[in-house]
Amino acid sequence: MAKLENSTKNMVLSLTAITLVVGALLGLVNAVTKEPIEQAKANKQSAAISAVVPGEGNEISKGEIVTSSNGEEAVVFSVTNNGQLIGKAIRAVSKNGFGGKITVMFGFDAEGNILGYSVLDCSNETPGLGAKMPDWFQKGQKGDVIGKNPGKNNMHVSKDGGEVDAITAATISSRAFLDALAQAYGVFSGSEVVTTSASQQAVAEEVAAPCEEACDGCPKAEKEESCHNEN
Amino acid sequence: MSKLGIIINGLIKENPTFVLLLGMCPTLGTTSSAINGMSMGLATMAVLICSNFVISCLKNLIPDKVHIPCYIVVIAGFVTVVQLLLKAYAPAVDEKLGLFIPLIVVNCIVLGRAESFAAKNSPVDSACDGIGIGLGFTCALTLIGLCRELLGAGTVFGASIYPEQFGALTFVLAPGAFITLGFLVAIFNKLTAKK
Repeated sequence: MAKLENSTKNMVLSLTAITLVVGALLGLVNAVTKEPIEQAKANKQSAAISAVVPGEGNEISKGEIVTSSNGEEAVVFSVTNNGQLIGKAIRAVSKNGFGGKITVMFGFDAEGNILGYSVLDCSNETPGLGAKMPDWFQKGQKGDVIGKNPGKNNMHVSKDGGEVDAITAATISSRAFLDALAQAYGVFSGSEVVTTSASQQAVAEEVAAPCEEACDGCPKAEKEESCHNEN
Repeated sequence: MSKLGIIINGLIKENPTFVLLLGMCPTLGTTSSAINGMSMGLATMAVLICSNFVISCLKNLIPDKVHIPCYIVVIAGFVTVVQLLLKAYAPAVDEKLGLFIPLIVVNCIVLGRAESFAAKNSPVDSACDGIGIGLGFTCALTLIGLCRELLGAGTVFGASIYPEQFGALTFVLAPGAFITLGFLVAIFNKLTAKK
């Protein structure tokens, strides 16, 4: 077959046809892979949660989105076993990584002791230095943070007067990791008393008005509760 | 040229990394370990085979003046397909390679082979060329990744060979990519020049 000549009609037709076919193909693949992609994301999340709050037959609550003290989004998952609270898994973000943000999931037991952690994203840290984060602070490693309580222990790197050994030659990444820990613990210690749902709390913070106004329309009991929290 | 000849040609005589020196961005960026290099090579190979085949089928339906946009649409389509499949069935790989998967669209190997081979040869030959060039790229990336991982972190495909603290971290970082690539190109040229 001879090659199509360069007429405007031919050019428009062939380019349009190719684009349409490729578009249809992409739509098809997207429809097929949509569910597995969501599934893979959910699996990764629940794997991280069960890694940081270990135990058989635990139930994981739906994530509750809150804002941690650095203004980033943190997500709180309560882990229960037969209705009893085992601990909380909190996904926190620190902005102070060597190359940007890092995301870490921390597990706390009911007293606030660290049960475990799982680094979800440290892709902006230097390989071989800051990127050692997923192992460095685990149990038995040099920077072991497991079992410590940020409310009682001084969770800073030793250079800053704390008791955690920083990753060799990666103090900035280590500080970022501990910053994420502080964010998570802040949310954890806050989540003990905060009973309003995330959206209501966000509204209350934004309005920054007297409690009565922020809670307009809330049932009385809830109003009192959230007022109590604000004070 | 026989089908096998085409494949061997892509693997050695026209090895995209060591001879043609194409696609240097993913070559340097993703080879911090052998497994990363291999995943990147295989993803590129998948795109290369599909795009070469389809472009060769369409070569007579595409007027010359719009051939570049047509090729790019086909290539971008396949890259997105590969990316979605990786996200769905191999999320760990997708996470490791990150931005480099969508960047296969602008990898000059893919467009280069479409232009220099697929546009002039039959669909089956073009697919073979995709396999050959893809294998050449995969082997090269795996080899570079292997050297960098061994020298930098003391591991091969994640298995420890010697304690990590004796490794030269430079090789895992960007400068190591350039050094390793330079030495491997020199060795490859020395070996193939003799033949």
